[in-house]
Amino acid sequence: MSSSLTADRVVIRFAGDSGDGMQLTGSQFTNTSAIIGNDVSTFPDFPAEIRAPAGTLPGVSGFQIQFGSVDIHTPGDAPDVLVAMNPAALKVNLGDLPRGATIVVNEDAFTETNLKKAGYEQNPLEDDSLQGFRLIKLPITTLTRTALEEVDLDTGSKDRCKNFFALGLMYWLYERPLEPTLAWLEQKFAKKPVLVEANARALKAGHAYAETVELFQGHCRVAPASHLPAGEYRQVTGNEATALGLTTACKQLGLPLFYGSYPITPASDLLHFLSRYKNFDVKTFQAEDEIAAVCAAIGASYAGNVGITGTSGPGVALKSEAIGLAVMVELPLVVVNVQRAGPSTGMPTKTEQADLLQALWGRNGESPVAVLAPATPADCFPMAIEAVRLAVEHMAPVMLLSDGYLANGAEPWRIPAESELPELTVRFARADGSPFEGYRHDPETLARPWAVPGTPGLEHRVGGLEKWDVTGNISYDPQNHQRMCELRAAKIARMRVPDQEVEGDPEGELLVVSWGGTYGAVLSAVEQLRREDGRRVGLAHLRYLNPFPKNLGEVLGKFERVLVPELNLGQLDTLLRARFLVETIGYPKIQGRPFKVAELVAKMREVLA
Amino acid sequence: MTQATVVKLKKKDFESDQEVRWCPGCGDYAILAAIQRTMPELGIPREKLVFVSGIGCSSRFPYYMNTYGFHTIHGRAPAFATGIKCANPELSVWQITGDGDGLSIGGNHLLHVLRRNPDINILLFNNRIYGLTKGQYSPTSEKGKITKSTPYGSIDQPVNPLKFAIASGATFVARTMDADIKHMMQTFKAAAAHKGVAFIEIMQNCPIFNDGAWKGFTAKKERPERVLYLEHGKPMLWGKKKNRGLVLDGFDFRERSWEEGDEVPSDVLVHDAQAEKSSLAYLMTEIEHPLPVGVFRAVQKPTYEQEMLAQIETAKQKIGHSDLGRLYREGANTWTVAPKD
Repeated sequence: MSSSLTADRVVIRFAGDSGDGMQLTGSQFTNTSAIIGNDVSTFPDFPAEIRAPAGTLPGVSGFQIQFGSVDIHTPGDAPDVLVAMNPAALKVNLGDLPRGATIVVNEDAFTETNLKKAGYEQNPLEDDSLQGFRLIKLPITTLTRTALEEVDLDTGSKDRCKNFFALGLMYWLYERPLEPTLAWLEQKFAKKPVLVEANARALKAGHAYAETVELFQGHCRVAPASHLPAGEYRQVTGNEATALGLTTACKQLGLPLFYGSYPITPASDLLHFLSRYKNFDVKTFQAEDEIAAVCAAIGASYAGNVGITGTSGPGVALKSEAIGLAVMVELPLVVVNVQRAGPSTGMPTKTEQADLLQALWGRNGESPVAVLAPATPADCFPMAIEAVRLAVEHMAPVMLLSDGYLANGAEPWRIPAESELPELTVRFARADGSPFEGYRHDPETLARPWAVPGTPGLEHRVGGLEKWDVTGNISYDPQNHQRMCELRAAKIARMRVPDQEVEGDPEGELLVVSWGGTYGAVLSAVEQLRREDGRRVGLAHLRYLNPFPKNLGEVLGKFERVLVPELNLGQLDTLLRARFLVETIGYPKIQGRPFKVAELVAKMREVLA
Repeated sequence: MTQATVVKLKKKDFESDQEVRWCPGCGDYAILAAIQRTMPELGIPREKLVFVSGIGCSSRFPYYMNTYGFHTIHGRAPAFATGIKCANPELSVWQITGDGDGLSIGGNHLLHVLRRNPDINILLFNNRIYGLTKGQYSPTSEKGKITKSTPYGSIDQPVNPLKFAIASGATFVARTMDADIKHMMQTFKAAAAHKGVAFIEIMQNCPIFNDGAWKGFTAKKERPERVLYLEHGKPMLWGKKKNRGLVLDGFDFRERSWEEGDEVPSDVLVHDAQAEKSSLAYLMTEIEHPLPVGVFRAVQKPTYEQEMLAQIETAKQKIGHSDLGRLYREGANTWTVAPKD
């Protein structure tokens, strides 16, 4: 008989070859966990190569999920369980495992050839190198083949079901129901019933095997989370939430969305999702390059649609001249930068936050744009709406700084009712008989009139040459140029953004200031430090980078020390020092990976020591 | 109906209040005048007209038109124009570019706008020189050309704009010249009538940096013997007496002449701008003597914006229009967290 343990949170990492279906396995586990009420957070980590040579270290694909009955902010620092489908997956991930972690391996894959490919001189399953871990060796390939004996499929296809056997094991261990995955299979392979049967059998076989041979000491129970507000939920990735947010904003404005984009990791999914939303008057344009993508979006904005472009850092570099034009002609434009590790091509599938200063200053001339950054995958939804709101309200470009971690990571999202969505309005200029002044700015928002072609009586010319204030005619006047540069800067600076909130202590010994996708890890660390060390620590996580919240200086002044952790070499840190003359302590990490909570806790303890 | 659609407009209605600032004697003046004279004849209200340009002398053009205008960045006008047309297909969009803007920095965009076939009229002013930057060779400059940046002569092979356009799949391709205002207007009208992308090369003189850019072709007295005016369905003839014609000779052309008054020989080619295959039109771009002008090619294909809107309409009919609640749940597993007691 097996007993039952309970845990408030568990971290599992599924790892295998790129072709082993680890992303799928991980997302099924996530889905099921979310459905039964756990809070979840995920971190897919895959190679850039579409199919790196099988069995090699660069070919390893991983998917980590943390699920729990408590508030989950991150995918977890270190796995409690590693499922390794081959020697390469074991080798790549072993270093992340704490002593005592459980390792489930497919021992069938530990052949001489595979061991060699992974660079193992001897089989780690047979020496004592895995001492200190709870090693569970299973011939997963053989067991899957046996389970599928009666299924009419070739061996290769049967072997591709082994990830579902592994999933079945994990479902047993953590008491997850099989039904959501079985239902998903029915839908996914509706036209290939034999694959439904094969994968379902593999899943059930894994589940039954765990039960029968008492593989684990017992079930581990992770109760449903109780902190989530009531409502209907789904899980979203950051890219999904961004696409939904952009679409929602344009629906609320009553304007078509024009999305110009050129495929680039990790932003391509935005184009994929939006191209499916055509029934919302979403026009997607896969341009010939990054430049054409943004230029077409600006053209669409000029003609009265909401022009949006999405890309990653290298694409933003290419778009920079056109973004400058949008600044000059004062048209709404949203640029989504799903940041990745740079410089240059860098590490396309790895996350980083090193484009902040590019967003602020990466153009010729004084070329201010608003810069926003979502904090979590689900937060991409409201922040995408904010980006559209500010762009339209102020007739200005807005950069939304997502990142690879947010884009591909997932978490539960409470589906909003339409009544909860912000109301957005737009006012196009109309002729009133007086001569049209294309650059007369609204005294409050500093927006110029949005006078779209097709409107009688407002025929006018815009362009990249400096404009006379009010008339919009070309001007080389020195005083006018200074006035216009200051006006464009003031337009961004004056944007109404919410005041900065501080989580934890509102004043005290240490303020942690962070931005973007590091939120979950930083929040977890701050919570841990306050809980375990009783120190007075606050967290100011910025979602508005330009303009900064109006009270930020005041917030910074309420703490003895300011720590700025970020996934770059100190960009926000530099900004805070320059803007507020505050003595900050930078904590840069630039490894293509998110922060671990433990790293942050250690750093904060060091700073407080 | 707006008032503008009823009122008969004149050339003057299309002149903006901005002082025109091209060099004295620039071919651009004649092109501007031809456009301003063509516009009233199109019957399109001013507010529906948008002139879009990149950077260069020719790209100043939109400032001088009393319509909507967008002076964008170097080489990228095709992308802006595409975005504008997709945003509002009812607009009549005219893109103004030059040999540098269109074929050098913007060559890639020109290729793609031509193959996509949005209903945009593209006017490429070809003066075979960089004017705004004061006299460097351009991608259409002849090999060996001495310019500021090529004191020993250019070693670049020039690109033929019409060849480029036809090879890119443009559905309307024409050539005209700044010195012949009637022919320009006729060509602009044909372009405006064409549904789909229309590409027009305008041979243009730059009196400052490349005077005589088209010497030997464009002067009024030279034209009859040096220029072949193409007309769809008509034999390809030239000469003062129209007694010279083109015949096909393998993959090349030969001249054939005959006595004035004799019948046109039966092997003289009859121009077919609507030919399904573009091969002959492509070959014709290589003819230099006589130089063909007029509409090389005009074929019908669905426009980009039509196809884009058709997909949107289909999606609305199939899925229904703009139901956010449905969008949020589509393809997702949802679960409910019950209210706490």
